[in-house]
Amino acid sequence: MTESFPASMLAAFAAIGRPVIGVFAMFGRIMTFAFTALVRAVTPPYYPARFAAQLMEIGWYSLPVVGLTAIFTGSALAQQIYTGGSRFDASSTVPAIVVFGMVRELGPVLVGLMVAGRVASAMAAELGTMRVTEQLDALTTLRTDAFRYLIVPRMAAAVIALPVMVLIANSIGIMGGYLLAIYKLGFNSASYLATTRKFLQADDIWMAVIKAAVFGFIIGLMGCYNGSRTAGGAAGVGKATTDAVVSAFILILFSDLVITIVALK
Amino acid sequence: MAEVAKGVPKIKLTEVVKRFGDKTVLDGVNLSIEPGESVAIIGGSGTGKSVTLKCILGLLKPDSGSVTVDGEEVVGARGREMSRIRTKFGMLFQGGALFDSMPIWRNVTFGLTQGRMTDTAHMRRVAEENLERVGLKADILNLRPNELSGGMQKRVALARAIAPRPEIIFFDEPTTGLDPIRADMINDLITSLVNDLGVTALTITHDMVSARKIANRVAMLYNGRIIWHGPRDRLYDSGNPYVDQFVQGRADGPIR
Repeated sequence: MTESFPASMLAAFAAIGRPVIGVFAMFGRIMTFAFTALVRAVTPPYYPARFAAQLMEIGWYSLPVVGLTAIFTGSALAQQIYTGGSRFDASSTVPAIVVFGMVRELGPVLVGLMVAGRVASAMAAELGTMRVTEQLDALTTLRTDAFRYLIVPRMAAAVIALPVMVLIANSIGIMGGYLLAIYKLGFNSASYLATTRKFLQADDIWMAVIKAAVFGFIIGLMGCYNGSRTAGGAAGVGKATTDAVVSAFILILFSDLVITIVALK
Repeated sequence: MAEVAKGVPKIKLTEVVKRFGDKTVLDGVNLSIEPGESVAIIGGSGTGKSVTLKCILGLLKPDSGSVTVDGEEVVGARGREMSRIRTKFGMLFQGGALFDSMPIWRNVTFGLTQGRMTDTAHMRRVAEENLERVGLKADILNLRPNELSGGMQKRVALARAIAPRPEIIFFDEPTTGLDPIRADMINDLITSLVNDLGVTALTITHDMVSARKIANRVAMLYNGRIIWHGPRDRLYDSGNPYVDQFVQGRADGPIR
């Protein structure tokens, strides 16, 4: 049957097929990587000191960035809703929408993106440099498992740190909206807080926590996967870092959409 | 330690083939190394010297063929088994591959602690002893690798490789990137360590001076196969045109 297929046609199929197979192969590699990390995470030896160090690195040292992001966003949100809402005289919905917007959507997503920019890049660069300078091979020949020693602590710390940081960011964001509403827009403090409390629901907080944990997993996975696959010297490390950040960004936004749709259907 | 039968080679490679994509890097490597022997593999850049080492260490898995250490198969060995076999190995990486996030003493003792902070005082003494063996003093214990010169880093890496007292040490281009004097110091150091510790050594290098000084026996890797091996004294009259061209460093000859 091949003769009825002109060569150019076959070439066209090949041109479509190759990247498709490439995508599936990559998906498979990432899944294998994640599964390996999971298995190694629950089997000894464990490295609690490494985990604690990563918790500091990912959580504590990201707090300034996360706090600033949250306070700016919360305040801007309040102003936007006030101005937009005044067109149909709904400015009293400011506290409600600040709570919804921050907790359900902006808190998790912005923290996820900020931490991805800060941490996924650092993970990829560090592991990538270790790969190209043969430090990962050295680790193996010194009978230490790179997954347990380097990757599991990073991924676990990201999964645990992100929810905590999102809760902090949500609080700071709501406070940012509150401060702007009281001091610039002239809201009444007591009624603003009362409305806030009324619209702050456990379901929304759970959603924020789940989103944050998923984003943390994505950050750790993309940082470690891209870093440990680095090849080709300094340029390779640069590429791994870029790939880690870009893929983490896209996966965070995509999974945010999926979780939101599934949870609010 | 398992009882090893007489006459079993320390390391034996049989028809080892390794491909990367369409490119065949190792095309049936055969090599046998006896206990206590020091062998050098010479060959041009990209001929698969490092790949050969990594196949023995289990860092790469050959596509076919067999690698045995004391008669035990490395290819396809499971995690725990491989880890046990690796206790016999020490490896000096080309660039040192020191962990740059750790002070020198933790680097040197990493093979003993596996990165844990246990028995710190004792480990510092162990680090000191091993640094002394490679001619370094205790004043660098708390420094970071990037605070040392290239030659010192190589010595620290050597101290790290010998600290767990391995039975076999691999040297990946031990003199690359060092000036001739420092290179010779490293050669002397390797020779004396191999003799003192009674280890089996496998060196890969394209430095002929180093190969002749370190090894009793030399094997030449070309196009993914061992095309010649013999005692080091025969290196310059091997009768093999490829070896002749390589050891004399000529641009014209069978190797293009």
